[in-house]
Amino acid sequence: MLGKLDWSAIPIEEPIPLFAALVVFLGMVGVLGWITSRGWWPYLWREWITSVDHKRIGVMYIVLAALMLLRGFVDAIMMRTHQTATLFGEGYLPPDHYDQIFSAHGTIMIFFASMPFMIGLMNFVVPLQLGVRDVAFPTLNSVGFWLTASGALLVNMSLVIGEFARTGWLPYAPLSELEYSPGVGVDYYLWAIQISGVGTLVTGVNLVTTILKMRAPGMGYLRMPIFCWTSLASCMLIVAAFPILTATLAMLTLDRYLDFHFFTNDGGGNPMMFVNLIWAWGHPEVYILVLPAFGLFSEIFSTFSSKPLFGYRSMVAATLFICVVSFTVWLHHFFTMGAGANVNAAFGIATSVIAVGTGVKIYNWMFTMYGGRIRFDTPMLWAMGFITTFTVGGMTGVLLAVPAADFVLHNSMFLVAHFHNVIISGVLFGAFAGFTFWFPKAFGFRLHEGWGKAAFWFTLAGFILVFAPLYLVGLQGMTRRLQNIPVDGWAPSLFVALAGVGVMIVGAACQIVQLVVSIRRRDSLRDETGDPWDGRSLEWSTPSPPPAFNFARLPHVEDEEPYWSVKQRAIEGQPPEVPVSYEPIEMPKNSPTGFVSAFFATLIGFALIWHIWWLALLGLAGAYATFVVFAWRDEAEYEIPAAEVERVDRARLETRQAWYRRREEAA
Amino acid sequence: MRAKQALCRTTCVTAAAVLSGCTNGVLDPQGPVGAGNRQILLNSLAVMLVIVVPTIIGALWFAWWFRASNPRARYDPGFTYSGRIELIVWSIPTLTILFLGGLIYYGSHELDPRKPLGPPDQAVEVQVIALDWKWLFIYPRHQVASVNELYLPAGQPVRFRLTSASVMNVFFVPQLGTMIYAMNGMESELNLQADKPGELYGQGAHYSGAGFPGMNFRVHVLPQVEFDRWATRQRSGEAVLNAETYAQLAEQSQDVAAYSYARVQPGLFDAVVHQILPPSRGPDEGRGGSPDIHPQPLDANICTVPVQTSQTMRPDLDGGG
Repeated sequence: MLGKLDWSAIPIEEPIPLFAALVVFLGMVGVLGWITSRGWWPYLWREWITSVDHKRIGVMYIVLAALMLLRGFVDAIMMRTHQTATLFGEGYLPPDHYDQIFSAHGTIMIFFASMPFMIGLMNFVVPLQLGVRDVAFPTLNSVGFWLTASGALLVNMSLVIGEFARTGWLPYAPLSELEYSPGVGVDYYLWAIQISGVGTLVTGVNLVTTILKMRAPGMGYLRMPIFCWTSLASCMLIVAAFPILTATLAMLTLDRYLDFHFFTNDGGGNPMMFVNLIWAWGHPEVYILVLPAFGLFSEIFSTFSSKPLFGYRSMVAATLFICVVSFTVWLHHFFTMGAGANVNAAFGIATSVIAVGTGVKIYNWMFTMYGGRIRFDTPMLWAMGFITTFTVGGMTGVLLAVPAADFVLHNSMFLVAHFHNVIISGVLFGAFAGFTFWFPKAFGFRLHEGWGKAAFWFTLAGFILVFAPLYLVGLQGMTRRLQNIPVDGWAPSLFVALAGVGVMIVGAACQIVQLVVSIRRRDSLRDETGDPWDGRSLEWSTPSPPPAFNFARLPHVEDEEPYWSVKQRAIEGQPPEVPVSYEPIEMPKNSPTGFVSAFFATLIGFALIWHIWWLALLGLAGAYATFVVFAWRDEAEYEIPAAEVERVDRARLETRQAWYRRREEAA
Repeated sequence: MRAKQALCRTTCVTAAAVLSGCTNGVLDPQGPVGAGNRQILLNSLAVMLVIVVPTIIGALWFAWWFRASNPRARYDPGFTYSGRIELIVWSIPTLTILFLGGLIYYGSHELDPRKPLGPPDQAVEVQVIALDWKWLFIYPRHQVASVNELYLPAGQPVRFRLTSASVMNVFFVPQLGTMIYAMNGMESELNLQADKPGELYGQGAHYSGAGFPGMNFRVHVLPQVEFDRWATRQRSGEAVLNAETYAQLAEQSQDVAAYSYARVQPGLFDAVVHQILPPSRGPDEGRGGSPDIHPQPLDANICTVPVQTSQTMRPDLDGGG
């Protein structure tokens, strides 16, 4: 009846995961109870869970990402403290638990923290920057989000029901084959990633279509904001690379469930093929994450320098260059697997060639600042932290691309330090910068500057303190994924890294305090004009938060920085023309399709993990039925009457004019 | 003042500890391959630092000078494109990469793991098998073997042939240089040399399951004469490594203490590579019960390479060494 599932699935003998699960469970019950007592369910269902508004979906992506970021951070804290503890004794995590933690840390940070954060930002910002009212396929957007959430739910379920993979975040065969991993851990990994992978793929398709087909009148490709360009590049990589991941994991699934031999040791399988395929997705994935961050840093450098982006076309070229070359470098993840000297040299050179694109970007950001009038608000601080530390991370990356050097650094803590250096300073700093930058747009008030700056400095200092010693200990020969530390000489570095973790915890706490303080003082932090940073692209021309339809009338774009030009003309005495009449707007209706199909997807995943075949069939039937019901809908849109549009838009114009008048009187 | 001195002392002690820690890593090589790796590493680092350091300083300086509160900085919002700057901006990284590309090509060929370090007949051959979770080293010339302990002659090129009994692993002695994967059903090759007698630290460098952290081993580099003496001494032990004892050894076990075998059946390594000795088994069950399907190892009899088990020699895992 329940397949492999029985009471032995609950890890009663291991107090740590049980306790963690209890805390999470109580937390969830608390939140749900609070929502119920406030009577917020109808509101949440109507306005958020079933919403197909790209802004709401973007916000939900970021909420998911932030929660998963905390979970992954807790894993990281446990790994650092445990490793240090083994210098004195046995530590507190037995191997099977420690191995799950580093696997879960990587999986969660890449798939459920970084990806949703970046996709959330793209979802929220891109349609606003393009000057359109929503993405191309709004309901599909909601499906994509809920499938991602479904994957995250499965990964977290593995904490108490069964186990998570003990294979590392990429389940290298043959370790991940049934022979060497007979438990359900790898199955949790496979189904969680497959389900969320479908979500990511449909979101990629959605955003590519939106950017290619739905721009405001007049916005040619070379008038698109740079963030839209990097989002386009990132989403094209998603569309090209995620099918490789899906196919590779499907092959591993066939090996495990139906006794196939794609990657097994015997029966004609070839484990090296798994490594090749997974990195053929894995390396573009790095750029899927970091390209949107490059884009938003470009926006931030330009906005806070009060200057247009330097070398805009050059930046676009560099983005597309990175996009293409990222597919030709995957072998650098296993130079030590014994490929010939020519193969290694070719991939080494291809890898370092990517650094040309990144180098160009760094110089263009520098020249964006040159001649600027730079304001150091929190987003700009994150950008400065990024440009300095990312350069170091890029340099160590190129060092690892030199085969003869990689021969002694592969799989070492130097490698660990390198990819944390680029992912934290690139993606995570990018996420925080984008979060602070666009938060006022999403919620109508700014985040508290003092706490934001404290968070930046603590995070930066902690980050350097953690990873500088890990670079060093890697040069001392320490490998990654060690459940206990066999060499005493590595101790000093590990102590410093542990101290760094403490500083990063303070940084994370500052972020949380910042959010709480900002919500409590939201009235004094109110963003009245919708343009808190003196912005340049179209999202700043809308009120904060923007209405469901974003723009009362689609803007006409005449140059690269449409909103900046409007403001310049206003300063020169040509106020923007006020529309005489408004038209009603058709917007897509909310739909529970995403939520319901993800519910069934979770059932399918859980059932397949535990071999509960009837439940899998039920889930499949349910998901298909949801799709059919959606496909047969009669009405897809609702109309916002012209009067309502006029009311919202007039209010926007009036607050803005009032603000200009106040500013002129003050000046 | 005193606090300051104490702080200074702590800093100095920490710095000294950190620096002295470097002495047993890849920056302190004990052989020509490790020295080559370090040379390439430091050269590449130097090439990149030449542009990375000015870039970081430049970024910080631009940001500081053009801060909004600096009245001396000239605000020039029209400075958004310059063909000359773009040319420089694209050529600096390109030139660096061209230069580095040379290093990459040279290093990749010069330090190719397969490249012999001397005349091929002079090299000592060591066969390495990664097991769950210990290392097996076979010395075919002397027909002896050791577990979790590697003996090498000083000043002699060593040719390693590597494979794995089960999952992937990586053979790595940081101070000797280049590491290489060991994979089941495949053979990889690595040429290394230790210059001086001494003790080195070696380890598995690719996570292979629960017992992975115990997969480290001492490398005893002995003068040539002593190495031969060591091998002869081993011959007087009783433990025999043949198909049968290999199967016992290949069962999963953790934190295995070093020991050795006095006799090794010839061809054992090749039998593992060609899977005549089947891949070793994993755990019987994991959390979530035992699997419905359990892949069967290939039948050991389908190939006919001669690996006979000796009837007269008893398996003895605890003897010898």
